[in-house]
Amino acid sequence: MTGRMVDISKRWGFHGVEALKNASPGYKMIMAVLGLIAVIGFFIGVHGFFAGYHHVYNVTKQIPWGLLIATYIFCVVTSTGLCIVSSIGHVFGGEAFMPIAKRAVFMSIMFMIGGFSIILFDIENVHRMVIYNVISPNFSSNMWWMGTLYGAYLVFMLIEYYFLLEQNHGLSRLMGFFGLVIGIAAHSNLGGIFGMLHGRPFWYGPYLPIYFIFSAAMSGGCAILFFTCLGWKINPEIMNQRMERAVKSVTQVTIFLISTIIFFTIWKITTGMVSEGKHLIIMSFLTGDYAINFWVFEIFLGMILPLYLLIRSRGNNFNLIMTATGLMMVGIFFMRYDIVIPGQMESVYHSLGVVEEASLLPYTPSFHEIMISILGLSFIMLVYLAGEKMLNGHQLEEHEIVPEGGYICPGCGAIHFMEEGETEEDAMKRHHRIW
Amino acid sequence: MKFPNINLDNLKNEGTGSVSKQERRTFLKLGFAIAGVYAGGKILSLTSIVGKAQASGGGAIVKKYPYNPHYSMVIRQSLCVDCEKCVDACKTTNHVPDYGYRTRILTKRYTGTLDRQVEFIPVLCNHCNEPACVRACPTVATFKDPVTGIVVMDSKRCIGCKTCMLACPYDARYFDATRHAIDKCDFCWEERLSKGEKETACSSACPTGARTFGNLTDPENIVYKLVHQIEEKVWVLRPADDTKPNVFYMKGNMRSVDEILKGQKFTTA
Repeated sequence: MTGRMVDISKRWGFHGVEALKNASPGYKMIMAVLGLIAVIGFFIGVHGFFAGYHHVYNVTKQIPWGLLIATYIFCVVTSTGLCIVSSIGHVFGGEAFMPIAKRAVFMSIMFMIGGFSIILFDIENVHRMVIYNVISPNFSSNMWWMGTLYGAYLVFMLIEYYFLLEQNHGLSRLMGFFGLVIGIAAHSNLGGIFGMLHGRPFWYGPYLPIYFIFSAAMSGGCAILFFTCLGWKINPEIMNQRMERAVKSVTQVTIFLISTIIFFTIWKITTGMVSEGKHLIIMSFLTGDYAINFWVFEIFLGMILPLYLLIRSRGNNFNLIMTATGLMMVGIFFMRYDIVIPGQMESVYHSLGVVEEASLLPYTPSFHEIMISILGLSFIMLVYLAGEKMLNGHQLEEHEIVPEGGYICPGCGAIHFMEEGETEEDAMKRHHRIW
Repeated sequence: MKFPNINLDNLKNEGTGSVSKQERRTFLKLGFAIAGVYAGGKILSLTSIVGKAQASGGGAIVKKYPYNPHYSMVIRQSLCVDCEKCVDACKTTNHVPDYGYRTRILTKRYTGTLDRQVEFIPVLCNHCNEPACVRACPTVATFKDPVTGIVVMDSKRCIGCKTCMLACPYDARYFDATRHAIDKCDFCWEERLSKGEKETACSSACPTGARTFGNLTDPENIVYKLVHQIEEKVWVLRPADDTKPNVFYMKGNMRSVDEILKGQKFTTA
């Protein structure tokens, strides 16, 4: 390690708690409020656990998956999406995408942890899950694979992030590749959980696993744009030429992905209109109880408005991009909700033509469910804000933190270290080989 | 690809006389089973032994049911009067809380019919031969009992993810907070059958004989007798889900009740 011995905090671009202390009072205030909400949400969740979830949640025998599952799915979709979009750069070598990698992988991990923290309050017996997932696995169960694959995904992302911080591009690339493969397996399998439930025509079929992957990529593009532009608001220094080019590229990809999801949605609705098992639910989207969710949030805020604004922004109006993607995140949340809840609204006995199940089943989230969802989301926001400060805006290029013996790689923007007697070119080759 | 050159016009009619009785019988059985005309063929094709299950006498069928005793329930829909005695008996026997149910009775109304305007349909776990819930469970907390074919719960392995509730196409599951697990109908295995009783709480509480419970492998059993009839149409709920249920439905009529109940015998060997 001779010639590469540097202070680890500097190598990692780590500004530590000191950076938080130096933050503005407003910034600290926002973080305190988010922290407080997260803590309150946690205790409300714990209260629900002891009071019994069936007393405090509005989920029923026929709608057993409620807001918590919808929020969990929102989180893991975004996490996978961040992984997919960032992999274009640091796994597949799309140079323009490289600067977003560190922030994207960091947020991907945090969205995953946020999602897990929400679903922990939905699983009734977490202790049994830990034991019996291992000693009594059912390999034909999508649910078992979900737990296993997302667990593995989180591990790979953590290792990948470590190597990103370490500037070990070969290994971070390899781990990123495995993370991507497992992430896609995990996430399409999540679609498969829904897609393989025979009795639920709204979900059943190969549509959801495929849709989930494209939808994840869209969410990921949206999230990385939002968090990068917000990071620029927090610390304008993070925006340099390389990052500007990255934002522009991600904007282009996101526009493409929104168009893809519009296409998916059109066909979901069109085919659903002529399906006996889906017709009622589709009509509730178009003209019924879910019309506001669908038209205002899912279609307008989630697709049409951001598509227009992102095109207008030309990829370089960061304020506009931030507004567009911020609204889009809200819209995407409703998209997830509109997958989970409506799929359960039509009773399995509806087709029997019985009086009891003639109409769609109602569901409104309870206070506990809302608070636990907010716990997860505010946790993600909190660690994001902390990360922007403590990790120095996930920067790679700031000159002050380039330690002795290091230089900024013209290829990837990262800090590389030269071995003794090595040229910059040799160092770059060494850093960028996989094996 | 080459095809053999057969000139059909020149073939001689061999006549039906040349077909042996055995051959003819096999052919007809095959046709009945495929067309579902013969009740036995139709039912058996719903219970996952398609192809093997042809109408060839009691003994042959018994060997081919996947379980023994193969517990099953036959519901004669027309006999149900919605007294809910079965639901109450189930709640008491199996300690079912108010917010859940293992069985319930659905109401179907008709307009413009001359004989009756309402029909009641009791529903419960169908103990499918290919249960969607069992596939969905991540920890094998719910499984087919290898002997009886009853879909049972091992409560201590249930993590409470509720996937099985959504996987079930018969809405037969609920989360029981006292058991800390999903609860469902087990054909009263725990509370009655394992203690030597021959019937479930609901079927023994039924005053009209709408619910009959028994062993589908026993030709003397009422369930066997009800299912293996040509004259009665027998069906299952949601056949398109292809779960091969073991709860059969038929219209039934009052005339036959006494007769069948008199002849009812149970052998649960």
